[in-house]
Amino acid sequence: MLLIRCPWCEEDLPELEFRHAGEAHIARPTNLASIPDADFEKFFFIRSNPKGIVFERWRHVHGCARFFNAVRDTVSDRFVTTYKAGEARPVLPAVGDTGPAAHGNVEPKKLNVRKPAARGNGK
Amino acid sequence: MAEIARTSPLAGRFVGRPHVTVAPAPPATRLAVRAPATSRGALARALKVDLFDGRQIRTVGPRMSLPLGPDEWLVIDEEGADLAAICRDVDALHSAVDVSHRNVGILVSGIAAEAVLNAGCPRDLSLAAFPVGRAARTILGKVEIVLVRTQPQAFRVEVWRSFSDYAFSLLEEATRDPGF
Repeated sequence: MLLIRCPWCEEDLPELEFRHAGEAHIARPTNLASIPDADFEKFFFIRSNPKGIVFERWRHVHGCARFFNAVRDTVSDRFVTTYKAGEARPVLPAVGDTGPAAHGNVEPKKLNVRKPAARGNGK
Repeated sequence: MAEIARTSPLAGRFVGRPHVTVAPAPPATRLAVRAPATSRGALARALKVDLFDGRQIRTVGPRMSLPLGPDEWLVIDEEGADLAAICRDVDALHSAVDVSHRNVGILVSGIAAEAVLNAGCPRDLSLAAFPVGRAARTILGKVEIVLVRTQPQAFRVEVWRSFSDYAFSLLEEATRDPGF
């Protein structure tokens, strides 16, 4: 089972206690009634959904019930770090390959590099 | 006129095995409290039990306060004192809701208590990670519970009334594990 660190409880706790709550760092416009529909659509519906590192809101719903933000790798499912809601985006350490799942992150043409065939000794 | 009597949803249920006992807790009053740090002192004085900003419960006589979150507590009084009435006179900003009849207590004790709870609870319940006096809201199977370790081999499970049959049955099944 995945262990997720709750920044409020300051403990690594089982994933069953947590619930995902969408993308993080989306500020609600203060002038919601006056912005054009296109801007509202962008705020309300459009999410980035990148492959790799994402910033997400999570909630420790079956625990302290607090919201927090998490940096997660969508390829390896690894939680890079978690921090309290309202805090600034953390500066991330360089995240390299995170195990076998990272294989899927490599471009196909780089995966299929043909290595020169090993030659036998003088045969 | 028929007489109206409140019956516990777990009335008459009991599991007694050599290694573990699962039994419904006697009726108690319960209060769900939320309060900012500035109101905690006034509330604690009125309730006569500290609202501790940490993980450990505080017990004074029949009354205990269980910290559930940074500003949230569950106060249980086993003698049935009217906790909501006590808080009515507190002026400091707070929210106090009487949830006495929402919850049912289940007492799990014995050398296998930890293992029986771990059948449905994913938390690390070893004494090092979950010491005596520790309280936490967590999961038991598919339902949310509040778990307190009252003694090294005794736990109290607080579960919603309508989920209590599920929670008790799950614990009952867990005691049948032939590994004990």
